[in-house]
Amino acid sequence: MAAITAGIVVFPGSNCDHDTEHAVASFDGVRPVMLWHNEHDLRGADLIILPGGFSYGDYLRAGAIARFSPIMHEVIEFARKGHPVLGICNGFQVLLESGLLEGALSRNRDKKFICSSTTIRVENAATVFTNRYQANDVLSIPIAHGDGNYFAPSEVIERLEENNQVVFRYCDSEGSVIAESNPNGSAGNIAGIVNREGNVLGLMPHPERASDPLLGSSDGRMLFESVFDSLAGRQ
Amino acid sequence: MPFNAKIKVTLRQSILDVQGKAVEHALKNLGYAAVDSARIGKYIEVNINESDQAEAERICNEICQKLLSNPVMENYTFELEHVN
Repeated sequence: MAAITAGIVVFPGSNCDHDTEHAVASFDGVRPVMLWHNEHDLRGADLIILPGGFSYGDYLRAGAIARFSPIMHEVIEFARKGHPVLGICNGFQVLLESGLLEGALSRNRDKKFICSSTTIRVENAATVFTNRYQANDVLSIPIAHGDGNYFAPSEVIERLEENNQVVFRYCDSEGSVIAESNPNGSAGNIAGIVNREGNVLGLMPHPERASDPLLGSSDGRMLFESVFDSLAGRQ
Repeated sequence: MPFNAKIKVTLRQSILDVQGKAVEHALKNLGYAAVDSARIGKYIEVNINESDQAEAERICNEICQKLLSNPVMENYTFELEHVN
């Protein structure tokens, strides 16, 4: 199998880039490359990951300035050609600002920055990012954000639901999606969505922080495994 | 003559403004019973080197839509002023 190259974009203020690199590098046959935001070359990446952090200090709005980083031009092209793009936390915010995904993330309902482990339910196990999971699997994956309150106009939410674009929802440990399991006020307990074509995923939880038993959970590992397997199958 | 744009970006009414709510509660706690609500937004000043007012307005609308506000959850207004 030819090596899979996972491009990890580094914005000024990204702080989960090396965690993501570490998680990705732990897979056989996967080579991470770090892509500085000022570059215009994706260096042969088969997959692009926009990591978590505080790109540009969250100035103006989370993700708003990173969205116009030079490399985003190539990332948007790459996504439009159908290649996989994964946005984690701040990366999700950048994807929404860039228009690759619909909606917006505003301040958490309870005003606090939340850093805690949380449980999410797999709603759609048929995407390139989730095919190693089963629908309704409950995953223990941490969140760490101040602006994770997902919002979209009701017609957009309806469309996302109809097309199975909601991939993860916050749930309790039994897998019930209830108001009490919603950490940040997100519409419909939404924790992650894909675009219509299914090749762009954004999620607030951090799968890279749950990719090794040493970290307390390896439930996020299969997300990376899903996309690497899909890419390997395509080669 | 360039223009100075005074731009206000506010959350749409349908979006919960948690900072505004916290300020509203603080004002009520201070005894201002007449305070009904508070909303927090952003104020941005941009100097635009453009002598034509219509063109300056066009630029201002464009930058508000493209970067300064997120139309999914925010509204914007601006005033243009001549600067010497």
